[in-house]
Amino acid sequence: MLELRDIHFYYGHIHALQGVSLEVRSGQVVCLIGSNGAGKSSTLMAICGVNAVTRGEILLEGEAIHAREPDEIVKRGICQVPEGRRIFPQLTVLENLEMGAFLRNDASGVKEDIDYACSLFPVLHERRAQKGGTLSGGEQQMLAIARALMSKPRLLLLDEPSLGLAPRIIETIFEVLARIRDEGTGIFLVEQNAHLALNFSDWAYVMETGRIIMGDEPGVLRDSPAVREAYLGE
Amino acid sequence: MSAYARVPLIGLWFAFLALPLAGWKNSLWIGLGCAAVVFVVSATRASVQSGALAGPADQIKKRFTSAWRFIEEKSYDKRYFSILLLLIIALPWMLDRYSTDVLVITGIYIMLALGLNVVVGFAGLLDLGYVAFYAVGAYSYALLNSWYGLSFWPALGVGVASSALFGVILGIPVLRLRGDYLAIVTLGFGEIIRLVLNNWDNVTQGPNGILGIGRPYLGEMRLYKPMHFYYLVVILCIVTIFIVNRLDKSRLGRAWAAMREDETVAECTGINIVYTKLSAFAFGAAWAGFGGVVFSAKQTFISPESFTFFESVIILCMVVLGGMASIPGVMLGAFILTVLPEALRELTLFRPMLLGGAMVLMMVLRPQGLLQAKGQRHHLERDEPKSEAEAGK
Repeated sequence: MLELRDIHFYYGHIHALQGVSLEVRSGQVVCLIGSNGAGKSSTLMAICGVNAVTRGEILLEGEAIHAREPDEIVKRGICQVPEGRRIFPQLTVLENLEMGAFLRNDASGVKEDIDYACSLFPVLHERRAQKGGTLSGGEQQMLAIARALMSKPRLLLLDEPSLGLAPRIIETIFEVLARIRDEGTGIFLVEQNAHLALNFSDWAYVMETGRIIMGDEPGVLRDSPAVREAYLGE
Repeated sequence: MSAYARVPLIGLWFAFLALPLAGWKNSLWIGLGCAAVVFVVSATRASVQSGALAGPADQIKKRFTSAWRFIEEKSYDKRYFSILLLLIIALPWMLDRYSTDVLVITGIYIMLALGLNVVVGFAGLLDLGYVAFYAVGAYSYALLNSWYGLSFWPALGVGVASSALFGVILGIPVLRLRGDYLAIVTLGFGEIIRLVLNNWDNVTQGPNGILGIGRPYLGEMRLYKPMHFYYLVVILCIVTIFIVNRLDKSRLGRAWAAMREDETVAECTGINIVYTKLSAFAFGAAWAGFGGVVFSAKQTFISPESFTFFESVIILCMVVLGGMASIPGVMLGAFILTVLPEALRELTLFRPMLLGGAMVLMMVLRPQGLLQAKGQRHHLERDEPKSEAEAGK
């Protein structure tokens, strides 16, 4: 479905992505693990078109999208939930959800999808008239995911959805993510919490200093001594 | 007692501030006066918080808050518009020429402040060089009129178009800039425009300015009295308010709000930042062009002196004082900051000081502005049943 071929990206002089190649097959959950500053978020931003890649190709079902503007990429069915529960704090929960459907013109479909999002996260329904900024951390993360779903993505990019959340909340969020996966949306998950990510995905990549150093089935990676030592803390 | 320990310190500080202005003897009195005021204020506050005055003070505060909320709600209520409009139409017949003239200036500032509000309030882009677009509008009429005899009404269109164009010209290099960096570049842009006007003698006649700019005609009638301009400005203000209000509620307005809240997320949500940002600059600048053309027609003389950085600051103060993104608020801000200085003419010397003090007080006591924007009210009122009802419809 999505394929990255030898992606390079620079922040000024810093060579943040040094030839990243990976693949997300449709209907799969693929995760990308790695330590701070390895380039995980940069990879997601490159897929979204926010980071303009200097070299390499990004293909969505065979079509090159790396030179496209971010809004065109969203239109093609890729939507990111950025790191750190970034919602629109001054807008209400409902307005946040509506903003997620910014590119859609089918008012009735949007309404249905708001109901669907609220069925996934009932707390959002309760809080729908409240400012996004007044929600708790977990609720904000739920809102961010629900907002991304409003664009009806074929592939959902998630950047550290577990960051700073209580275990019980993480569990809830991953239950919903599983439901989204079962309904046919591809998920590309970036996580520092390697345990969590490996348990949830069908395929996993490990990233280090701007490069993919490993890519295999989660079970294989879990048994690899290098991964165990560096990311699973064993 | 730590609250009272500050009293002599604050007195000393104000005495020190006043020293270069008032001489040491007067500063001593000023320091004592300030200390006395601070003492009284902290004493009252202490008794309001926990002492004898707590009950009645609470009552007064509640009354005041609900009264103010009433005004905030009503400032969006259409039924009151007609009454206000009648008052506005009748006003120049009740005032002298001078006051009418002040109101014309107020009207121009209302347009400018509403325009800047599009950029700063709606789209969240801090613009410290907004006066440049005002200058572009004013000079485009002044130059086209004195060179080619272009009359006022087509010039209005040309002024708006050229200001909007300059808005885009400023917008392109700052597309990737945020916050402080953006502010610095816009500041530089404002100064560049002023310096070009000041030094391009062949075209703009430099600091001498342009004299004898033509008056507008309405059919056969030449508009030259303050009252004529008053009605012209009222009409243009109504057009401005109408369009700005529509913009706020439009799809583009929603995109601006999203960009203001979080640019990266807005981008990830599928909002085209390039288009959204440039349109904010263009729409904001357009109203400055509007105001500029009217300004040169009214003054018949313009020079770069009218378009200094301080003007940008004043217009920004109007927006901030009134309440960012709130249309009635911004209008109130423009009104206060043009009419009040005129009313306090005797205190000319102290005007910047009073303005500065007022802004500091505002930021400390009411950072959201006098009339808060509609969408930004009810901040922390989680369980208010009314917002439930609003969401239901």
